Amino acid sequence: MLLTRENLVNLILALGLLAVPLAANALGQPFYITLATRVAILALAATGLNLALGVGGLVSFGHAAFFGIGGYAAGILAAHNFSGDPLFFGFSGTNQMWIIWIVAVAMAGLVGLVIGAISLRTSGVYFIMITLAFAQMVYYFAVSWPAYGGEDGLSILVRNQFPGVMTMVPLNYFLICYVILLLGIALFAVIRASRFGAALQAARQNEVRVATVGIQPYRIRLTAFVISAALTGLAGALFADLNRFVSPSMLSWHMSGELIVLIILGGTGRLFGPLAGAALYVAFEYALGGLTERWQFFLGLILLLVVLFARGGLLGVLAGKARHG
Amino acid sequence: MVEPVLHISNLVKNFGALRATDGVTIDLRPGEIHALIGPNGAGKSTLIHQICGTLRQDSGIIRFAGQDVGALTVAERARLGLGRTFQVSSIAPEFSALRNVMLAVQAKEGSSFRFFKPVMRDKGLIDTAMAMLERVGLTARARIPAAELSHGERRQLEIAMALALQSKVFLLDEPMAGMGPEGSKSLTRFLDTLRKEAPILLVEHDMDAVFALADRISVLVYGRVIATGTVEEIRRDPTVRTAYLGDHA
Repeated sequence: MLLTRENLVNLILALGLLAVPLAANALGQPFYITLATRVAILALAATGLNLALGVGGLVSFGHAAFFGIGGYAAGILAAHNFSGDPLFFGFSGTNQMWIIWIVAVAMAGLVGLVIGAISLRTSGVYFIMITLAFAQMVYYFAVSWPAYGGEDGLSILVRNQFPGVMTMVPLNYFLICYVILLLGIALFAVIRASRFGAALQAARQNEVRVATVGIQPYRIRLTAFVISAALTGLAGALFADLNRFVSPSMLSWHMSGELIVLIILGGTGRLFGPLAGAALYVAFEYALGGLTERWQFFLGLILLLVVLFARGGLLGVLAGKARHG
Repeated sequence: MVEPVLHISNLVKNFGALRATDGVTIDLRPGEIHALIGPNGAGKSTLIHQICGTLRQDSGIIRFAGQDVGALTVAERARLGLGRTFQVSSIAPEFSALRNVMLAVQAKEGSSFRFFKPVMRDKGLIDTAMAMLERVGLTARARIPAAELSHGERRQLEIAMALALQSKVFLLDEPMAGMGPEGSKSLTRFLDTLRKEAPILLVEHDMDAVFALADRISVLVYGRVIATGTVEEIRRDPTVRTAYLGDHA
């Protein structure tokens, strides 16, 4: 791999995210480990969205649905495992993370297929609105479903387990999330560079051109949307296990908006844009949130500045314009 | 007589009370350049849209490569070998010229659902695309983003993409539009060689180019073909002279 300026920035971001919890661990400050884990998980969720939004130009305002579905997959499986009540056919949940992850990915992907299949028949503002509407449907469904806590949410009493790892140790759980984030970013990079990625990017730039060479933009976009949903769903499962709690707030439109904000802050379509954005976002939330309850006002101000003067986000500022081969 | 590659019969398209295509019958034979001319608003673009599949005809038949394509999507018709260029060039602007053509090559191979091998290390894909760029004379510009190409170069790029699709028919929508006199001349020379690849349906306003290239000409006025014939026949046709050509001929 060439040591371009962008690769250097990416490397610093990746190592920086690893360094914070290691230092915090050495200094006995577990709070910062949790903060870094939050960054890793939000970055993974936004990396999923970045595939649809950044690469494919599909501005989904409903990715909270997938994030929340991943979260509920973890919460529900763990709750059944804890209580022993069968979920279906005598299967009473699990506390094994890797099974939970598979279920979260499958469920989010499946719902993504349904939402995408309908939403992708529209474009532009209509696409934004219809994805929002679907996500709100899932949100109200969760609110009105008392079996799993309804509005109050669902607690995961003991963090789920991973073979050979003490997941309750903060640093261990960070490392799990960190590795999954890096794998997610790698998957994003591989897909973007592939033939499929070429078709997806071309469909964003010029849909007519793609159809004219004989590729159906719809099928390309739907596939991308499903992969995107699945990645965000995986992040949701990790998020539920981090907080040991899942509630409808994971499904709300605020969450969808937050993911979009992360991407814009970091750099739309950029490989490490979501991580840069998530780091910036969590840092603001922590630094400004300590000073004022109205920290989001300042976040809005910064977002405004980025949109007006630094369209490429943090990555654009640090690594220059994105390059296509 | 040889079976035409593209055969359109009794095509009708209405927009409300306006009959934009009024029973058009036109065909394209192997090896020929068939020019479609007509004043503004004659329905040339509407006809092109129906042939490509962006608009659905109200009635009539479009046969291409031996099958009725009237109900197929744009992408399906393209895969059958309908290559087109646009009045305003249609390219992926962020991609280099090379990557634009690579997209067409992968589309031809039907391989857009490959998720792992990076395209920029795909020697087969790159070499095929470079060969197409060489044929249209864009080798030196291969790595330039398409958005930075000149008007004429974009036109060449579109043709390179149509070549990569191994099109059975080229549908060229006003290729001379916006080209300077020198550009028009060199593009005319190029199109003359392109006819060896596949027959061309040429919609064009530039009469010098049309008269230089066309084997046959059809004249479209108010959605109707008022005459079809060789260059000489069309030049002499009195209805065409009054309706369209004026003193130019």
